[in-house]
Amino acid sequence: MYTADMETRQKKSSPEDGMPVFQVMNFGVSFSQYENGINRKELHVITDLDIELYEGKILAVVGSSGSGKSLLAHAIMGILPGNATIYGKMFYRHEELTRASIARIRGKKICLIPQSVNYLDPLEKVGSQISRAINGVPKAEKKRRAIEMMARYSLDPQVYDYYPHQLSGGMARKVLLSIALLSDCEILIADEPTPGLDEPSLAEVLQDFRLAADEGKAVLMITHDIQAAVRIADRIAVFYAGSTLEVADAKAFSGDGSQLCHPYSKALLQAMPQQDFLPLDGVQPMPGDLPEGCLFYERCPIRCEDCRCSRPQSRPVRGGKVRCFYAA
Amino acid sequence: MRLEARNISFSYQDEKPVLSDIDFTVETGEIVGLTAPSGYGKSTLGKILAGYLKPDKGTVLVDGKSADVKAFHPVQLVFQHPEKAVNPRWKMKKILTEAWVPPEEMIRKMGIEQGWMNRWPAELSGGELQRFCVLRALSPQTKFLIADEMTTMLDMITQAQIWRVVTEYAARKEMGIVVISHDTYLLKRLCSRIVRLNE
Repeated sequence: MYTADMETRQKKSSPEDGMPVFQVMNFGVSFSQYENGINRKELHVITDLDIELYEGKILAVVGSSGSGKSLLAHAIMGILPGNATIYGKMFYRHEELTRASIARIRGKKICLIPQSVNYLDPLEKVGSQISRAINGVPKAEKKRRAIEMMARYSLDPQVYDYYPHQLSGGMARKVLLSIALLSDCEILIADEPTPGLDEPSLAEVLQDFRLAADEGKAVLMITHDIQAAVRIADRIAVFYAGSTLEVADAKAFSGDGSQLCHPYSKALLQAMPQQDFLPLDGVQPMPGDLPEGCLFYERCPIRCEDCRCSRPQSRPVRGGKVRCFYAA
Repeated sequence: MRLEARNISFSYQDEKPVLSDIDFTVETGEIVGLTAPSGYGKSTLGKILAGYLKPDKGTVLVDGKSADVKAFHPVQLVFQHPEKAVNPRWKMKKILTEAWVPPEEMIRKMGIEQGWMNRWPAELSGGELQRFCVLRALSPQTKFLIADEMTTMLDMITQAQIWRVVTEYAARKEMGIVVISHDTYLLKRLCSRIVRLNE
């Protein structure tokens, strides 16, 4: 059904063609916690988040550690713990997602590459965990494809019969990647797929994401490796304290950063060891202690009085979006 | 003072050796990079230098002597995953001050907020926890720091912030640092020389 609501979404997504395959709007996650015995408190860890994924495009999410990047991935998959509440809307193609409908499409249409090896079943051999991702072919063919995929990541065929505890950290990461890339999902979410990989494996992984996108998958890559993001992503979203401060073209993250709008994005770029290696004083606000105004107020070099009391909305700038009153 | 590893060989159980006849030295005040593909024994060498593992063959000498196992070890190791290096049942203040009490100024420079001191490890993010783990290791008795992918899990700004504190401190106290990493830009930025392990 075509509604007015969808029309506005279409307009908003103008920088790229077509409808987003997947979209989250005004999205938030909070956890209820008990403190001092019986006082219940809501802890807002993600607030006002907008993200759009398109067919054949890679969106990288970069940003500070503890800004809620992994929680976003878990929220999309519907695997947050029981004390979490989700706000806002999620759309998959034309359909608004509910808890029940997420459960129906996850693992089929949407795949997650989790951050840690702990997500493998410790009691099941690696090979059968990989081949389960392949549907609709005979068992022998599944095994052949699984071993072929493992070989691409220089995993020996004998690893097929290993249990997860026999894998090193890097090998486990390659197994997780193989599972996701063999499935015929439409949306691939990768949560920190690269840390600890050496350069040849990193190059292989990044190339495979690009290939997956070129085959028509929509890819969301959560990372703090800006360099890796620039190498393969089409667009980069910058996360801070549970919100997106900027969404920009990936190319804006190279050179001197003059193409970037938000002061936090600029600071991220300047902190890279190949740039100025320049830290920014201060810390990210804690969830439960978020400022009333702009989330970046405390550390911002261009702040003004109004940033302290009101939180800027996301607005379009130079083909991207930025959440700042003064960024130009 | 010098940290010296001589003819180190090591293998896990009956597998083929991870390290064979490795020689490695660091002087105090020096920052040395250590890099190699995954599985070549970088972390193993780090653990041997810091006394967590005993080599099958060879010796590790600090200032010409073997380190006293009953005293504070002059070689301190900081791991990649801070959440695995802290006691989940201790509050942050107790974790930070386990070996020494860092001065206020260093706590501030490291970007540790006073409000975090009374929190449990599970309430802080990886970047926040790692600041505690690094500062905890910078006791005046620490002569060498082994940074095993110390900032790999952290965002760029936190990474630069932590390294600024550590390198300033190392220069002032003549501490030696071994930086284990895959990030060539980081190594080039920090180190005066880079050692590559071969198979």
